[in-house]
Amino acid sequence: MKILVCISSVPDTTSKINFTADKSAFDKNGIQWVINPLDEFALTKAIKLQESQGATVTVINVGDAVTEPVIRKALAIGANDAVRVNLDPKDSFSTAKEIAAVVQNGGYDLILCGKESIDYNGGSVPGMVAQLLNQPFVNASVGLDVNGSKATAVREIEGGKETISVKLPAVIAGQKGLVDEKDLIIPNMRGIMSARTKPLQVVEPASSEVKVQGVSYDSVPPRAAVKMVSPDNLDELVRLLHEEAKVI
Amino acid sequence: MAVFVYAENINGVYKKAAFEAVSFAKAVADQAGDTVTAVSVNPTDSSDLLYKYGASNIINIKDEGLKNFSAKAYAQAVSEVANGNIIVFPHTTDASSIAPMLAVMNGYSLITNVLEAPESLSPFQVKRKAFSGKGFMHAKAEGTGVIVTVSQNAFGVKENAVSGSEEVKNLSVANEDTKVISHEQSSGKLDLKEAEIVVSAGRGLKGPENWGMIEDLANVLGAATACSKPVSDIGWRPHTEHVGQTGKAIAPNLYIAVGISGAIQHLAGVNSSKTIVVINSDPEAPFFKSADYGVVGDSFQIIPALTEKIKALKG
Ligand SMILES: Cc1cc2nc3c(=O)[nH]c(=O)nc-3n(C[C@H](O)[C@H](O)[C@H](O)COP(=O)(O)OP(=O)(O)OC[C@H]3O[C@@H](n4cnc5c(N)ncnc54)[C@H](O)[C@@H]3O)c2cc1C
Repeated sequence: MKILVCISSVPDTTSKINFTADKSAFDKNGIQWVINPLDEFALTKAIKLQESQGATVTVINVGDAVTEPVIRKALAIGANDAVRVNLDPKDSFSTAKEIAAVVQNGGYDLILCGKESIDYNGGSVPGMVAQLLNQPFVNASVGLDVNGSKATAVREIEGGKETISVKLPAVIAGQKGLVDEKDLIIPNMRGIMSARTKPLQVVEPASSEVKVQGVSYDSVPPRAAVKMVSPDNLDELVRLLHEEAKVI
Repeated sequence: MAVFVYAENINGVYKKAAFEAVSFAKAVADQAGDTVTAVSVNPTDSSDLLYKYGASNIINIKDEGLKNFSAKAYAQAVSEVANGNIIVFPHTTDASSIAPMLAVMNGYSLITNVLEAPESLSPFQVKRKAFSGKGFMHAKAEGTGVIVTVSQNAFGVKENAVSGSEEVKNLSVANEDTKVISHEQSSGKLDLKEAEIVVSAGRGLKGPENWGMIEDLANVLGAATACSKPVSDIGWRPHTEHVGQTGKAIAPNLYIAVGISGAIQHLAGVNSSKTIVVINSDPEAPFFKSADYGVVGDSFQIIPALTEKIKALKG
């Protein structure tokens, strides 16, 4: 079985988000890049399938050379090899098109993604890849088993869960629960050393059609100063919530 | 410029997010000088509920094959009836699974997590949430067809009654790739993303056995419950309650955070809440900087007392 895991390189979760002076772009100065946390669940799930079913795991990233340390980290976690499509992606659609093009040449049985990336929060790439390939798609997945040409996925629904049988090849977008947080793999020294020599293929983009442009960006305005209430005067808190904020 | 909207239902009953999406679609249609057509799959609710928010045409898709959800089959069905230039979805789990597939099917632009009515219609430009709530992006669509998903509790539900008519479309979309084996729905629980009030607690609560008082407070407020990431990682609470950058992003009218430090990753998912109350024993807890109201003290004393006082207020 061949698994492709789509990983996105994103600002680490502690990053303060700043924009350039003219507000036309995200300011990348001083940013540490990490594997999108939701993609890590997908990657770990793939490594588990590699161990239990002898699957091979390829990671793919659409990005410029700056993303290579993040790709190497995915290799250190245990992926067999990697593909980087040499394009600084401008929107979900262009990213999805590149991934779909690689899949068409590679014959993968299962494509795993994170449900959304924590930078632009499109949540669109997995579904677009599925449609471009005419494959079934399960989103917000919190469980997955593979059995031959079929997978059983559990997806989160509002107020519950649904278990679905899916014909492979398919696209599954995961989140926490696909594997437990405690099972996420932290690369060890051996993994890091071997990642240096694992194949990382760079391919040129197939097309460059963009459907959505980020015109400008704003920061979140600060909240007014906090009003502190004494723990001995909870009547005042109730009054403020009732009369001032009008939320209860 | 015909405006279509996907009115999501659960077991036939429209979601609040559907009313919000219709409200948004109505604002777009007013800008465009056109009307709203709502599309729903196998609803049992009355169409009056959608006229109330501004949908004047309703297409009810009837299809036994769509009894169970499949992103691909639903996208196919919606694409067969929704032939507008603008299609609005709520940003729910199901709708945000259908929208990307439909966008590719129709060759439309897709803008997700939208917060406000469009800044312009041609080109279509709109404000959306980005960086997990740490920033905003003004996104412009290329080309003519656009699909948007509206972030929940952002635009709001706005009554705007119109007179309307309903049409039933019988479809039978092929749905062979996926099959629902089982479906578990915990009844009576408020949907966290739709809730107007959320009571949330963190590691400061010391253990799962102490969540009773959080649930009591939530009950008197008619609120949903949530938690910080470590709390769901340790298994004190289910994953579904984890809010933050890597959990659910929420935007209730009132968010009450009990024993949560206010790490940047937690804030990212909750700072769109309109009013934030923080209760923490540590006066230096970073969360106070992002709160509207704060109480420094022991939650084990404060929460039961606060619950009694709110009960008294509600009479
Ligand atoms: C990649 C990554 C992603 C993350 N994503 C998220 C996310 O999505 N959501 C999230 O929440 N976190 C996330 N985190 C974790 C985040 O950094 C914090 O660790 C977490 O939010 C802290 O949770 P907490 O406030 O419950 O616990 P703690 O940090 O342990 O804080 C507990 C608080 O309770 C207070 N307290 C203790 N006793 C009492 C009492 N009796 N009464 C009142 N207050 C009391 C303490 O003063 C303290 O402020 C992420 C971290 C990483 C690395």
